[in-house]
Parts: sequence; C-alpha cells; structure tokens
Amino acid sequence: MKVGLFIPCYIDQFYPQVGVATLELLEHLGCQVVYPPGQTCCGQPLANTGMEKAAQPTYDHFQEVFSGFDHIVAPSGSCVYHVVHHYPVESRPQGKVWELCDFIVNHLGVTQIAASFPHKVGLHPSCHGLRGLRLGPDSERVEDRPDVVRTLLASVSGIELVDLDRRDECCGFGGTFAITEEAVSVQMGLDKISDHQRHGAEIITGTDVSCLMHLEGLIRRQGLPLQTRHIAEILNARL
Amino acid sequence: MSQHPEAAARFIADNERMAWHDRSIWNARKKRDLASHSIEEWEQLRSWASDIKEHTLAHLDHYLEVFEKQATANGVKVHWAATAEEHNRIVLGILRENEARHMVKSKSMLTEECHLNPFLEANGIEVIDTDLGERIVQLREEIPSHIVTPAIHLKKEDVSKLFEEKLHTEPGNADPTYLTREARKHLRAHFLACDAALTGVNFAVAETGTVVVVTNEGNSDLGVHLGKVQIHSMGIEKLIPKWQDLGIFTRLLARSATGQPISIYTSHYTKPRPDVPMHIILVDNGRTEQLSREHFRKSLACIRCGACMNTCPIYRRSGGHSYGSTIPGPIGSILTPGKDLKKYSPLPFASTLCGSCSDVCPVKIDIHDQLYRWRQIIAEEHLLPKYKTIPLGLAGRIFARGKRYDQAGRIARWWLRRLPAWMVNSRLNAWSKHRDLPNAPRNSFKEWYEQNRPHGS
Repeated sequence: MKVGLFIPCYIDQFYPQVGVATLELLEHLGCQVVYPPGQTCCGQPLANTGMEKAAQPTYDHFQEVFSGFDHIVAPSGSCVYHVVHHYPVESRPQGKVWELCDFIVNHLGVTQIAASFPHKVGLHPSCHGLRGLRLGPDSERVEDRPDVVRTLLASVSGIELVDLDRRDECCGFGGTFAITEEAVSVQMGLDKISDHQRHGAEIITGTDVSCLMHLEGLIRRQGLPLQTRHIAEILNARL
Repeated sequence: MSQHPEAAARFIADNERMAWHDRSIWNARKKRDLASHSIEEWEQLRSWASDIKEHTLAHLDHYLEVFEKQATANGVKVHWAATAEEHNRIVLGILRENEARHMVKSKSMLTEECHLNPFLEANGIEVIDTDLGERIVQLREEIPSHIVTPAIHLKKEDVSKLFEEKLHTEPGNADPTYLTREARKHLRAHFLACDAALTGVNFAVAETGTVVVVTNEGNSDLGVHLGKVQIHSMGIEKLIPKWQDLGIFTRLLARSATGQPISIYTSHYTKPRPDVPMHIILVDNGRTEQLSREHFRKSLACIRCGACMNTCPIYRRSGGHSYGSTIPGPIGSILTPGKDLKKYSPLPFASTLCGSCSDVCPVKIDIHDQLYRWRQIIAEEHLLPKYKTIPLGLAGRIFARGKRYDQAGRIARWWLRRLPAWMVNSRLNAWSKHRDLPNAPRNSFKEWYEQNRPHGS
C-alpha cells in the first residue's frame, strides 16, 4: 500500500526524529511510504489567526504535493484536522488524510504494536485529535467510542499509563495563542505538567508535537524531571 | 478595545487566587459531568434541544407572533423593544404608570446587557438585585463575572468584608450560613417594601404564552408575588414552540449549569394575578442581526447555562471580567463581536479552539467553529494587529513554495544553533519568557530523508 507521508513543518525543522519514527513505524507495518519532497506546512498558523485567504496558496501547494496518493498520513492530529475540516472542499487533496494512530487502527486494522517502552507514561490527548477527529471519547460527551491512541499505547510492552485528574483539558498551546495569550498559555501548560507529575509520569506523550513542544519548553525552563515523546517514538521503540 | 491578554495576565499574577478560581469552577464542571453521565440519553437530549432551537430560530417571526397572540389572550401586555434603550424606556414607562419606585429584580443577563439599573436609578427608581450573587456584585458596583454564578470570582472573606461595610454584619465573620442569613434578612426587607418586580426569562413557550424562570433561591417568585406590577424581560431568542419541548430544556439546563438534576424553583408565569398587571418585553437589541449571519445564527440557541464558561480553561484562569463584555467566556466571545467587532476583536482569540465548549454545550452550539469564523472576519475587516499580519503574511509566502521553505528553515536553524542561549531564549520573545525553544537540529527530516532514502522508500 502506497502512503504519502506528511511531516508537518515544525516536526520537519525541530523534531526530525519524530518523522523518522513515523516513517519506520509505517514501513514496519508493511506500508510503502513515499515522502513527497516539496511539502511545507498545512497553513494552520495563518488560518487560525484569521488569515485563511493568505493561506490559500499554501493549501494549493499542499494539494499539488499530495496529489496521486490514496492515503496521506501525518504524525499530527492538529494539522490533519485543519486539512480535513478547514480547507475549502475544492482545495482538499483527493486521497484520505489520516492522523497516524487513526490510520494504524482504522485503516490497517492493527491494534497491537510490538514495541517496548518500560516507563510510566502520561497521555496528553491533544484537542484537535480528540474532539476534532474524534480519536477517542472526550470527557464532555456521553458516548462509547474506542480510543485509538490509548489502544495502541496500551499494547506496548512494559508501558505503564498513568491516570490524570483532568484527562483531556487543553495544554494551552493553541498556535499563535501561545504568544498572544502568553500568560494563560503558560499557566495552562504548567497546570497540565503538574497533573502529570502528581501522578508519577516520567514521560508525557501525545499525537501532537506542537502541544509537546510547548510542554517541553516549560519543563526545560523549570528543570523538571520529565520528558516529552511523540507517540510515534514510543510505538517505534523496539526491544 | 477589550484587552483580554493583559486582563488575564493581571488575573494570573495573583496566582493563588487564580488557582482557587480555576478549582472552584472546575468543580462545577465535574458536577455537570456526574449529572450528565448519569443520563444514558444525554446526547439524544442535546440533539433534540439543538433541533428544536434551530427550528425555532428558522421560524422565529412565526413563533413570536404566536407567543404574542397567546400571551395577550392570557391578559398579559406584550411590548416589543428593538434596542436596549427602548427596553429601558418601556420598563420606566410601566413603573411610572403604576407609580412604582422600588423594584426588585431577579436574575437577568438581558437587563445587564441593556444597562437597565443605572438608567432606572438615574430616573429615581431604586433597583435591588435579589439573586444573592447578583446582589453581591451590585453592592460592589461590578458586573457579574459569570452568567449563572455572578460572584464566583469572590471568596467568602470578600463577601464578609463587603457585607460588613454595606449591611453592617459582624466584622470578620465569613461563615457562609451566617452571611446568607444576613443577606436574606436584608433582601426580605426589600421584597416587603417593593412595588414592582422584574424577572429575566429562561424559556418562553409560544403555544401557551408562558414565560419560565429558573432559580435556586425562589427570589423570582417572592418578587412576582409581592410586587404590584410584574415585568418579564426576554430576548426574542428565548422562545420554544411547545409546552412538551420544555422538559427537554429543563433536564439539560440545571445539569449543565450546576450539576443539579433540576433547579430548586422552575416558575411558570402564564396569566396575571387579579389586579396585578403583567408585562412581557420582547427585546431584539442586535439579535435579528445575529440571526442574519449564517455562520453565527446558532449562537442564539444559547440557554445561558454557563457550562462553556465552566469548562473553558481560559475562562477559569482569566476570570469573567477579563473579557470586558456582559456575557463572558466562549459564548460571549461569539455573541459580543456581533455588537462591536472592533472593540471586541481580541475575544475570538481568547481561545485555543480546544472544542470543549462545543462538546459541553447542551444545545450543541459549534462555539469553537464560530470563534474560528469570527477570526476570519476580523482579518478581512483589517482588524488584526500588524505584529500578526506581517510575520504570518511572510510565512504564507514561504509555505507556498517548497524550496523557499527549505532555505528559510535551514537559515533559521543555523542561527538558532549559533546564537548564545540568552539570545535565543530572550525574554523579549513571548514564547521564551517562560519556555525554552526546542533545540535546532543540524538536519531537518527532509534532509535526513534525502540522505537515508535516496530513491524514496
């Protein structure tokens, strides 16, 4: 199966190891993965600020770069949510755009990953994946819905998932919100981190490097004994 | 202009108080979760409520006429107010006609929106808010910081100090039971002395001409039963078509607002008492305009439960007053820009678009999508600050071309690796005030891929 790999801009530039883990994981699961070289960004930073019109050339570029793929997979719920929900219909790529875990569970039908990660891990279910793409049940709605992210994580050997007091409260990243509402953003991040710490997490993981980058920035500044890892890095951690 | 980020930063600076505010409101959210998750058909109720409201809003002209006809047949005098000023003049007219000078008022965000109190006071009328929380903020000469719990930003010690000053209670006694009893004594005197009562309206049933008022303190009934004239002020969006629809909303409202299965009092006012005139004022004040905005029409379905405030991580950490609008929080941030886009343009940005508000909303208003929509309109109207439009405009040009993007990324990472740490993490850059920037790797993923998968995968 030929899969177009979309590596969002901030992962490409600052967290290449997450791109590598995603690629290797998909290859390990039997996918033929192609990374179209001309790719840039999904345009979300502009559109979330209101500049949808200025983002249109970026949308057109995305559509062109990813033409010819039946499936496009990205290690980000947020960017996928943006393409799927905010792109004008005529700008969307022909193929189906998937968040990584969603693709693995709901397209490949894989729920067990032969990875090993013997650590106490706290899951941060990023909002755009959770409430936007419905990758799992949120705490607001009354519904039974399988949780694709948790399912995959729980299958990893040696992992211990910790519970949180507020399991799906936003971390406060929010794109340009992190800058324009700096005080609230930082406070939300600190509160999130202390929830993970209180419950003994050594590692915070999630589907979105953007949230993790915000949390990591706070953790490093405060010198806290905590690390962040994208879920692809955990699912790709071999024995 | 409303400056949410600055007001929020001031609120957070008192960190202990902010944490208390966040925790107490999060408790309301937790109570709501317990109440809603105990009802299997919760999502079905939300869908019904959403459908009924959408239907009503689509046929609002019809249902308003049905309501007016029915209420008039019940012996109620129905008034129409296009604006806040007109509403206030109608209230004053009714009070003068009945020679009333002392009015008690139960909870009404609409009269806050219309700034009724200062108008009446300037015209020699004494207005007493009788909801405890509203009375507290009235005594403090503040506006409510929350639409259901108006004094949620205050601690019992704050109330004790206020009551000591205004009601001459025992100095330093912050026992909630004591303070509540003192408030009751104080309010009873005003109830007994009142000659008019005004209430807000939670629901208005078109087919029966009934207005329904939901309270926990019974203050609405006390006023209505003691006043010599009763007035109910309502926004035109409060309508529901049928009596049988009401049960859906009362089941949703109290659970969403406070986690109660039902509020203590659900008062239905249909006909005037003998010799006590009953007036209903139907207020537009910008609602028709909001109804005409395709993307924002659904905001009028709001039943003012406040659940979106309780769930909002920004609201809980910045306080209701930081929004600078009558209705704060997520719902206020989609309703208020319609009133004055320029003044309230920062409000749709006081959100991470996490979507919790939309999922907690008992009538399924797509709040976070509407916030996103308002942002587009604010940009189109050239109301975005330059510190946003210039760098993002540049980013847009870079993102539209693969080669340009690769070059820009290489240059940025090169600099980030070489600049001294104090410069990279300079406090002049808002990101770095409290956060480190990520390390800049030598190679991007794209460069790694070119080296490690030279012929594609």
